[in-house]
Amino acid sequence: MGDVPGSRGRPGTILAKPRPMIPGAALILLCQLLGEALVHGTGWPLPGPVVGMVLLLLLLLGNDLLADPVDTRFVTGPADGLLMNLTLLFVPAGVGVVNRMDVLAAHWFALAASLVVSTLLGLVVTALVFVAVARLTKRHAAGETEA
Amino acid sequence: MSDPDFSLWVYLSRTPLLWLTVTLLSYLAADRVSALLRRHPVANPMLIAVVITAAVLYATGTPYRTYFEGAQFVHFLIGPATVALAVPLYRNRHTVLRSLLPMLAALLAGSFTAMLSALLIARALGVSGSVLASLAPKSVTTGIAMGIAEGLGGDAALAAVLVLITGAIGAVLVTPVMNAMGMKDMRARGFAAGLAAHGLGTARAFTVNPVAGTFAGIAMALNALVSALLAPVLLRALL
Repeated sequence: MGDVPGSRGRPGTILAKPRPMIPGAALILLCQLLGEALVHGTGWPLPGPVVGMVLLLLLLLGNDLLADPVDTRFVTGPADGLLMNLTLLFVPAGVGVVNRMDVLAAHWFALAASLVVSTLLGLVVTALVFVAVARLTKRHAAGETEA
Repeated sequence: MSDPDFSLWVYLSRTPLLWLTVTLLSYLAADRVSALLRRHPVANPMLIAVVITAAVLYATGTPYRTYFEGAQFVHFLIGPATVALAVPLYRNRHTVLRSLLPMLAALLAGSFTAMLSALLIARALGVSGSVLASLAPKSVTTGIAMGIAEGLGGDAALAAVLVLITGAIGAVLVTPVMNAMGMKDMRARGFAAGLAAHGLGTARAFTVNPVAGTFAGIAMALNALVSALLAPVLLRALL
């Protein structure tokens, strides 16, 4: 892709173009690590990665308050990369279905009914309460997009 | 067993490389199928990828444990991806701050409704004990749901499967249900998707609209907190 003629002979130039991703990946892992450490150290009933998310958010907000001393694209790039492929990350756990076929077969109707109805109810109640409270607080103009 | 082809297979089938490659290729194929069907909600890429991968495992007689040794590298990234949700949250911080109250109300109402209705229906239809405990965290993102289920005396692997089925159901249902309700607020649509169907609902929301995706990510993270606190209480009340 876009090879400059003669660049092949010089080491380093071929790999120089893409934005480095290791610093961003390291910061994301560091936040998760601190999150896990905090959760296990304090016994909070919170998931480590969620605490890590809060930590990363606080770092980004802090940078914003200080008038952006750091160009955050080093971390937003790898983060977007992960989120763009969120579906892929669930495939290995999903394949685990092959291991639990016996339980699913024994209770298939009860589990199917429970999951379908509760998911439907969850979707409807969540969206309705959101819209109702947004209307009550009279600030629902922002973020509303015609679909 | 001196067949050279067979010994090559025996070698490769035990390396993480083969199953990691199979996972990525299945996902790419599934994503193509989903794109060809113009991202129709029923053509969920995760479901298609799971069917392809499971078929390969079945055809080759490969145990899940062997498969997971390769696939774990992908599975591991669920944690970092949860941390990465801070980025869309930060980008949309002004929109998010304006919707704080609706979010908190919807979070509590939705989380309670989804979990209680799931447990009540399953119990009424004869499900009990560890299967019921594995069902409680079904709307929570996989890694966290497994931890919650274990804490309740459930089966972590079964919890993961129920979570994934819930995610697939939610990702398939959310667009038609919201359209049928005439729901036009992308914040509410996304928030409902992330709350009821965790990462898969969030992935679906991001394919529909970036604001919806952001609110889905927030709902997913907040619901993990609320469910971790709510599940033991509800389950004890029902047992």
